[in-house]
Amino acid sequence: MIETACLIAFGAIAAALLMNLYRLARGPAVLDRVLALDTMVINAIALVVVVGVFFGTGLYFEAALLFAMVGFLSTVAFCKYLLRGNVIE
Amino acid sequence: MAFATELLVSALILIGAFFLVVGSFGLAKLPDLMRRLHGPTKATTLGIGALLLASMLYFLLVRGAPSLHEILISVFLFLTAPVTAHMIAKAHILRDGALQNTLPEAPDGAGWATLKPAREDAPAA
Repeated sequence: MIETACLIAFGAIAAALLMNLYRLARGPAVLDRVLALDTMVINAIALVVVVGVFFGTGLYFEAALLFAMVGFLSTVAFCKYLLRGNVIE
Repeated sequence: MAFATELLVSALILIGAFFLVVGSFGLAKLPDLMRRLHGPTKATTLGIGALLLASMLYFLLVRGAPSLHEILISVFLFLTAPVTAHMIAKAHILRDGALQNTLPEAPDGAGWATLKPAREDAPAA
């Protein structure tokens, strides 16, 4: 049962990633693309977590944690650059 | 008992996947950025929370190996989602001139933090 739920979740997350990709390609403003990238990172974390449950291994959690940190930092750096013109003043 | 555990974990995985799709659908479908922010910040955070809870229960109850990584990930994500939404909204207000004309006046002539410098008597951040 858990395997079936994981397979359904794989499909759902793939559909979510495709919708994020549509927003990333479509825009129109640069901040829409930043938001789409941020959501894509969260969906990728979800995919990594479901893969960990599907294969029954805890090996992937460090990858999910690193994804979370890099995604947050890149989004904040993007916004800071758009707000102030540089990242570290 | 094993069946109830499997049912609980499967239900949480499906709930999480559903809310991830809802959040991304909102991002793709809603008309402007301020409304698009709602999907990823609320629905997607709920979805990833449900998935991490499912993963934690799976490793605790089915595998018998408690794992605390999920708590780290969920705390980090729940702390950073509002911060990123705030940063994106601030940058959006700064860059959109038409939007700035529709903003209401802040009380005491304080101005909007993104658009005006801090007042002299404001407490240091």
